Amino acid sequence: MPDDLRALASRVRPGMSLALPVDYAGVSMAMTRPLIDHGAGDLHLTCVPTGGLQVDMLIGAGLVRRVETSAVSLGEAGGAPRFNQAVRDGSIQILDATCPAIHAGLMAAQKGVPFMPMRGLIGSDILANRPEWQVIDNPLASGDPIVLIPAIRPDVAIFHAPMADREGNVWIGRRRELAAMAYAATQTLVTVERIVDRSLLADELTAAGTLPALYVAAVALAPRGAWPYGLWGEYAADTAELMRYAAAARTAQGFADYMAQKVPA
Amino acid sequence: MTALPREILICTIARLLDGVRHVAVGASSPMPAAGAMLRRALDDGARPVRLSILGSVEHNFFTNGSAELFDSAGQGRLDAFFLGGGQIDGRANVNLVGVGDYPQAKVRWPGSFGSAYLYFTVPRVILFREEHSPRVLVDKVDFISAPGVSEPDVHRPGGPVALLTSKALFGFDRARAGFALESIHPGHDLDEIRAATGFAFDHAAAPATTPVPDAATLSLLRGRVLDELAETYPAFAAQWRGDLAAMTSEGATA
Repeated sequence: MPDDLRALASRVRPGMSLALPVDYAGVSMAMTRPLIDHGAGDLHLTCVPTGGLQVDMLIGAGLVRRVETSAVSLGEAGGAPRFNQAVRDGSIQILDATCPAIHAGLMAAQKGVPFMPMRGLIGSDILANRPEWQVIDNPLASGDPIVLIPAIRPDVAIFHAPMADREGNVWIGRRRELAAMAYAATQTLVTVERIVDRSLLADELTAAGTLPALYVAAVALAPRGAWPYGLWGEYAADTAELMRYAAAARTAQGFADYMAQKVPA
Repeated sequence: MTALPREILICTIARLLDGVRHVAVGASSPMPAAGAMLRRALDDGARPVRLSILGSVEHNFFTNGSAELFDSAGQGRLDAFFLGGGQIDGRANVNLVGVGDYPQAKVRWPGSFGSAYLYFTVPRVILFREEHSPRVLVDKVDFISAPGVSEPDVHRPGGPVALLTSKALFGFDRARAGFALESIHPGHDLDEIRAATGFAFDHAAAPATTPVPDAATLSLLRGRVLDELAETYPAFAAQWRGDLAAMTSEGATA
């Protein structure tokens, strides 16, 4: 039987690090309010590799201490208002990154190695503000500086996917960043559109896009659980709702009013 | 046929993409996407041009998650990419982070996205920013998301080749680390460009005018390309169609 959303949220403890996916990959918006109601704060968010509405809401609710990200925005609906305000106030710590650096850090954790080398970055102020990212001389061909990105090992990864089976295997299709998050994280919490009775591993066509239950701590049912974001192959984003949020959340009061509304069924 | 200003920009982008095998554009970039679609239409039957629109399900052939674009660039399989920037300076440094002292910027923008990697790995990066003003084209950026040039020992097969704005096209000289004015779009002049540009740049005494598209290119653009574009950017395509209709009726009553 699937767990409920509150049970999933209660696994998050104050001070934990959370990995959250990019807006088009499968954001578990259904988990956002349960996380806020649960109230575990002082969180470190890692956006894989960028963040949006969910990140903005968790920041607006005061649960976030630090954000590592390549960007936070509401896409077509514009800038992320609570994120932008928190950065200006200095009320959150921002660790600016670039997309492939986040992928590299997760990849290192996936391999169980301490770091991953990556190209680019040298001469940027991103690198200048990340003392833990080291530049070494390529040991195999000297005179070639290269950056090392430390492994990113989130305590919890949270995402939304089309389906899971009764064994806890989750179908992620070609959204492999969801697998990368799960490999790297200690525990992964997944919400899904539906639970199917057949094993996703029984058919090679679904098995290829399946994240095995080995990496999945808990699954909960949440139809339209990415809303107002879309879910690939299922439904489109609700841009009007994103715009409504963007307008409302320009002020702290507007954000509070928006969050106090009943969630549409 | 008279070309709209945006059509001149799109045709300029297609010209800058001459010879590419694979071009990627960001999620909210209708003009670069139109330029890439025009390039593909112009090269139809001669060479395949692959186009990846990030965040699009339809126009995206990647199957290995959002890391695959960057991996393909690292492998040398991505020939061209577009970068914008809240600020761009005379050394082609790009700032996507914010205005003022970091990290508590006065104005915070979303962030650097993949710029600090793709600027190094993609051979033909086209800087595209419609707003041509001293607040965008600055002498020195407040934060370097991605540097325009690198020390000689830094592995860097990629970098900027051009800067295209609503007023002009600049080329970038990596050896000199500076821009040179290539052409001015119809309706603008050198004094205006100088006043609107916060950095110094080279230019001819009498700079060239950006070429306007010929009738064949325009009909390809307003036919096949506009139809293709409407799938991904319906609002942009509808506005463009509206402007074309307005131009036609103005012409009829003139």
